[in-house]
Amino acid sequence: MEAKTNNWEHCEKPEIVVHETDILLIGGGMACCGAAYETDRWATSQGLRITMVDKAATDRSGAVAQGLSAINTYLGENSPEDYVRYVRQDLMGITREDLVYDLGRHVDDSVHKFEEWGLPIWKTTEDGRRLDGAAAKRSEPSLEDGGKPVRSGRWQIMINGESYKVVVAEAAKLALENNRKATGVEQNHFERVFIVKLLKDRNDPDRIAGAVGFSVREQKLYVFKCKAALLAAGGAVNVFKTRATGEGQGRAWFPVWNAGSTYAMAAELGAELTMMENRFVPTRFKDGYGPVGAWFLLFKAKATNALGEEYEVTNKEGARKLYGDYVDNMGTCMRNHLMIQDMKDGKGPIKIHTDKAMQTLAETMTPREIKHLEAEAWEDFLDMTVAQAGVWAANNVEPEKTPSELMPSEPYLLGSHAGCAGIWVSGPEDIGPDEYHWGYNRMTTVKGLFTAGDGVGASGHKFSSGSHSEGRIAGKSLVSFLLDHRDDDPQFSEDHEELAKEVFMPMETWGKYNKYTTDANINPYYIRPRMLQQRLQKCMDDYVGGVGTWYMTSGTMLDEGFKYLEMIKEDSQHMCAENLHELLRAWENYHRIVAGEAHARHIRFREETRYPGYYYRGDHLAIDDENWKCFVNSRYDKESNTWDLFKRTYHQLVS
Amino acid sequence: MPSFVITEKCDGCMGRDKTACMYICPHDLMALNPDTRKGFNQEPEQCWECYNCVKICPQQAIEIRCYADLAPLGGSVIPMMGSDTIMWTVKFRNGNLKRFKFPNRTVAAGQVDIYSDSFTGDVSKIKEPGFFTHQARGDSLPTPSGNP
Repeated sequence: MEAKTNNWEHCEKPEIVVHETDILLIGGGMACCGAAYETDRWATSQGLRITMVDKAATDRSGAVAQGLSAINTYLGENSPEDYVRYVRQDLMGITREDLVYDLGRHVDDSVHKFEEWGLPIWKTTEDGRRLDGAAAKRSEPSLEDGGKPVRSGRWQIMINGESYKVVVAEAAKLALENNRKATGVEQNHFERVFIVKLLKDRNDPDRIAGAVGFSVREQKLYVFKCKAALLAAGGAVNVFKTRATGEGQGRAWFPVWNAGSTYAMAAELGAELTMMENRFVPTRFKDGYGPVGAWFLLFKAKATNALGEEYEVTNKEGARKLYGDYVDNMGTCMRNHLMIQDMKDGKGPIKIHTDKAMQTLAETMTPREIKHLEAEAWEDFLDMTVAQAGVWAANNVEPEKTPSELMPSEPYLLGSHAGCAGIWVSGPEDIGPDEYHWGYNRMTTVKGLFTAGDGVGASGHKFSSGSHSEGRIAGKSLVSFLLDHRDDDPQFSEDHEELAKEVFMPMETWGKYNKYTTDANINPYYIRPRMLQQRLQKCMDDYVGGVGTWYMTSGTMLDEGFKYLEMIKEDSQHMCAENLHELLRAWENYHRIVAGEAHARHIRFREETRYPGYYYRGDHLAIDDENWKCFVNSRYDKESNTWDLFKRTYHQLVS
Repeated sequence: MPSFVITEKCDGCMGRDKTACMYICPHDLMALNPDTRKGFNQEPEQCWECYNCVKICPQQAIEIRCYADLAPLGGSVIPMMGSDTIMWTVKFRNGNLKRFKFPNRTVAAGQVDIYSDSFTGDVSKIKEPGFFTHQARGDSLPTPSGNP
C-alpha cells in the first residue's frame, strides 16, 4: 500500500507543548510512584527537576489500580538469600541474582511506608487471632515495630488493599509537589498524556534525550526534554488472543491497559532486552481470573481433576523424563504443566475445592468466626478482582458450598510477577560480576534510561511492593547518574513539527478516507486499531503458542508466523484514529506489536522448553541445561528492522 | 457493558470541576455524550471491571453488568465507598444477598504525611546501597553471604 503522509489537511494541527526537565518518570504505577518518593529526597536539594507523565489518573493507574488483597513480597524474618533461592527456583534456575538480592534487601522499607501512609495490614495477635488492618492499627504494633503480619505464604502478607494505589499515589504526588515548588516549575505531573516514543541524543545515539507523546484529552503534542528517564509503564496484555470472545476480552488477569509500551519503546531506542521469551500464564478461577493465592495458601484448598486425582502428584513422575529435577521444585509453570496434562487428556474440569477447605476450617470455629472467614474469602476477590465475585454471583456459586473451575489464562508479558520478561539492566554496584555492571543500578544499556517493575527483566516476583522499591532504587541511582553528568546537555535531532505529523498520522488518515465508504469501519485505505489488535492476537495465538494450541509452538511455526507479523507491522502504519481515544489505542497497539515480536523472536532463539506450562517448543520439548542455562538477550535495530539475538551468562551468586 | 450508566441518575457531573468517571478510568473508557451530557462506556470490550468509575461516581449512577459472553444475567456486585471503609452488596442470580464491609485506609485521604521523618539523602553517600531512609537510620545493607 502507498505510504501515508500527514499534511494536516484532514486533522487539526495540535498545539505543541515543550517541557524541559531533568528527571522524566514515564508511567504512574507502583514503580514510578516509588521513584517520585525516593528521588525527591535526593534530587530536590540539588535543584534537579522531576516530572511524572501518566497516561491515566495516578490515583488509579497501573497494575494496582483496582486494589490488592495481599502484598506478595515482604521478607520480614526471611533473608535476602532465601528470597533469591525462591525466585530462582520459580523461574526455572535463571535469574539475575544480583538484582533479586538487591530488591530483597530493600523491599520491606516500602511496605513499612505503606503502613505509615494508611494501608491497612492484617495482623496476628499474640494469642493467634487474625485482625483486619483497621483493628490491628488500634491494638497491634506496626510491622516496623515488630507487629506480626498475617502470612498467607512465606513471602505474602494479607492487607485490606482496596485503596492501596490511592494511598501510594498520595505520597508520590506530595513528593512531586515538593519538588515542583522547590525548583520553581509550573507543572511536573501530567495525567492523561501518553508517551509513544523515546528520543535519542543527536551526539550520542546510545543516550536518551527526551520523549514524545500526546494528550488524550486535548489536541496537544507533548515533547519532553530530559537528562535521564525512568521508563516503567507496565507489562503487555492483549497481545495474545483471549479466552473470552466478546466484551470479556477486557477481563484479562493482568490489567488490560498494559500495552507493552515499556518493552517496545526501550527496544526501539536500542536498549538490550532480556528473557523476552518468558511469559506468564496464571492459573486462576475460570473466566473471572480471580486470585487463587489465598485459597491455596491461607485456606489450604486443594485442586483436583474430575476423577478426584491431584495432578501435582499423579503427573509428576511422567514429567520427570523431560524436566528432570525441575519437577521437584514445582515452580509456577511446572504446576501449570501438570494441570494441563489432565486437561488435554479430557480429565477436566479441574476444580479447586473451596467448599471442602471452608468446611474443614469451620470444624473448629464458632459461627462468628465462620462468618468472618467467609468475609475474608470474599474480600480476596472484592479487593482486587471484583469481576470474579460477579462471576460467582451470576452463577450462584457460594464458595463454601460449591467448588470452582480453574483455568490457565492467555499469555501475558511481565517482569514483576511470576515471570521475567524485560530489559537488561546494570546491577547494584556492590553485588555481582563485572559483566553485570556497566553503569548505574537499574540503568539499561542506553545511557540515562532506567527502568523498574515490569521493565526489569530476569528478576521476577517483585509484585507491588517490589515494584515500588525497585522504582525507588532506580530513582536514586538515576540521581547519582545526573550528579556525575551535570554538564550533559542531551539534544534530540527530531523536529517538533515532524514528530507531530508522525504521532497524529492516524487522525489524518481517518479524516482523509473515512467518508469513502458508507460504513467507516470497512474501508480499504485503513485499519481500525481494534481490528489490528485482533490480527496481532490471532497471529500470536496461531503461531506463537497461545491458548488455541495449548501454548505449543516450534521453529517452523514461528518462522511461518513472522511472515504475518511483518505485514501486521507494515499495516500498523495504516491505522486510523477517529478521535484522541482511538489515537491512544493506535499507539498502544503499535507497542503491542513490537513487544509481541520480541517475545516471538526470543522463543525462536531459545531451542528448548525452559518454561513448560507457559509455552512449549514442540521441536525441543525438554529443558537443556547444557546449552541454555543462560539468559537470552536481544537488540532491535529500528532502522534496518532487524533483531540480533545472543546469549548472556547466568552467574549463580547465592548457593 | 461492563460498566453502565443509569440514565436517570447521571447528571454529567455538571457544576463539578471534572467528570468523575472520565477522570478516573485507567483505560480511558468513560466518555461524555455531548448531546445528552451523560456518561457512557465507549469501549465495553476493553473494560477490566476495575470498578473505579463505580466507586467515584458522586451520583451512584454507574454499575457493572457482568461480561455477557461469560456470565449469566441477574447477578450484581455494588460497592459503597465510605471515608475509611468500603461496603459491598453481592446479589446472586437466584436473589440471595450477601453484604460485606472492609476497611480501606487508616489515614484519612489527604492526610498522608510523607515528611514526618524529615530525612534528606546525603548525596556525598549516594553511591552506597540503601534508600534515604536506610541512610538516615544508619542501616547498612547486607551483601550475599557464602560462595555458591
